[in-house]
Amino acid sequence: MSAIYILWLRELKRYVRSRAQVIASLGQPLLYLLALGFGLSPVFKKAGYGDYLQFIAPGVIGMSVLFSSIFSGLGLLWDRQFGFLKETLVAPVPRVQIMIGRTLGGATVAVIQGLLVMVVSLIAGFRPAHFYTVPLALGFMVAIAIVFAALGVAIGSSLQDMQGFQLIMNFMVMPIFFLSGAMFPLTGLGKILGFITKLDPLSYGIDGMRAMLLASSAFDPRIDILVLAGVGSLFVVLGAWRFSKIEI
Amino acid sequence: MIKVQNLVKTFGSFTAVNDVSFQVDEGEIFAFLGPNGAGKTTTIKMLTTLLKPTSGSIELNGLDPRTHQHEARQHFGIVFQDPSLDGDLTAWENMQIHAVLYHVPRKAGKQRSEELLKLFELWDRRNDQVKKFSGGMKRRLEIARGFLHTPRILFLDEPTLGLDPQSRNQLWSHVKNVNAKEKVTVFLTTHYMDEADRVAHRIGVIDHGKLVAQGTPKEIKEQTKTESLEDAFLALTGSTIRDESASSADQMRQFAKMWSGGRR
Repeated sequence: MSAIYILWLRELKRYVRSRAQVIASLGQPLLYLLALGFGLSPVFKKAGYGDYLQFIAPGVIGMSVLFSSIFSGLGLLWDRQFGFLKETLVAPVPRVQIMIGRTLGGATVAVIQGLLVMVVSLIAGFRPAHFYTVPLALGFMVAIAIVFAALGVAIGSSLQDMQGFQLIMNFMVMPIFFLSGAMFPLTGLGKILGFITKLDPLSYGIDGMRAMLLASSAFDPRIDILVLAGVGSLFVVLGAWRFSKIEI
Repeated sequence: MIKVQNLVKTFGSFTAVNDVSFQVDEGEIFAFLGPNGAGKTTTIKMLTTLLKPTSGSIELNGLDPRTHQHEARQHFGIVFQDPSLDGDLTAWENMQIHAVLYHVPRKAGKQRSEELLKLFELWDRRNDQVKKFSGGMKRRLEIARGFLHTPRILFLDEPTLGLDPQSRNQLWSHVKNVNAKEKVTVFLTTHYMDEADRVAHRIGVIDHGKLVAQGTPKEIKEQTKTESLEDAFLALTGSTIRDESASSADQMRQFAKMWSGGRR
């Protein structure tokens, strides 16, 4: 247990010490929130969907949790290159515990990042339907963070170096984000796009957040929870398995 | 304590370790010598569960690191040849993570960390991030960390690389000390023949993945009819210089340095 704790703490310390990175990673969500939020607002309103800033805020929060968690998982690659990974791999601690410590640490950092974006969106004018459901939305953020931190570890364990990074970025992380309904409503889509968005785990995370923050959603929130729990367990098992197979 | 039989490791068509067999007894200091790229580090990686052998068998304290990875890891400690510290954490934090991962009791861990950091003259800098350290300081921290717990077998992969004579001296007297007092078996590699001559009870010389000689320093000198271990080493392995291709890890480090101040 103490191994999980110390590795979790390590991720947190690294996050707190990289202030420049914290601020830098707020830039992109801010741009989406302000440029798209205000830019597409008139069109969205005309289409009869209401205020786009309200709609997009949970999506942008979900996006920053996604990026932050998946990158923390992929941070494994940096540890591989800078050597710290070896130190943990030969330690007399079951590798499952090391993987869980990393995953929880990465997920915690991602949730903090998501909360920062939530604060920024509140400043920008986002207003949740009810304030008492905000903690429930936080639960969905935690779920998204764990799902994708575990996925990041699984991928990071399978790659030898950063050469595959662009590939992962363009063919996995970006599609997960764009096909999740973070930017557009999931109702009334064409058959193919509708089907694809249903395969994307992030769809359920962001839908769950909308259910909590806006009191409107495409799926039943209970289904969102079920899907996230299922996919999350699957990815944690997958990540632990891939991590236990690492050779250096 | 360590028993290796017909060990082979191939990477594609390249054979890094070719049919190597040797044995290290409990309480022995065994030096594994060889030119660059001879297969020393690959052998250590297989002994320490970081790589799976292609064929052959290994026993560490009676355990097979292939099938009993976790149990085998309880019996050894290692100082790696290349860096394995977390640069964003302080020297003290790096020590504490190690203490937790190796189940050193809290109080003992703190006390030993202090002793070791003082011994390797890092105490004053304990609260600085490791990325601000010089190469020699990082190396010293790496070694101090390796001594934080007392394993049954200690692997030292070129521990003196980049160390000044003072620290080298400190290191070897510490190694001899734990070996004599706590019967720790030591398996080391080095390029400094005088060190091997002075410290090791027995020596194995590896070249092109094959073990070419084995015995006490005296036996090896007699076998090659040479005066010093350095001459014996050259007689055994020839005087051509070896190339080691840069691994993907080295290329990446280069890239990372170029690309950012260091982090993710």
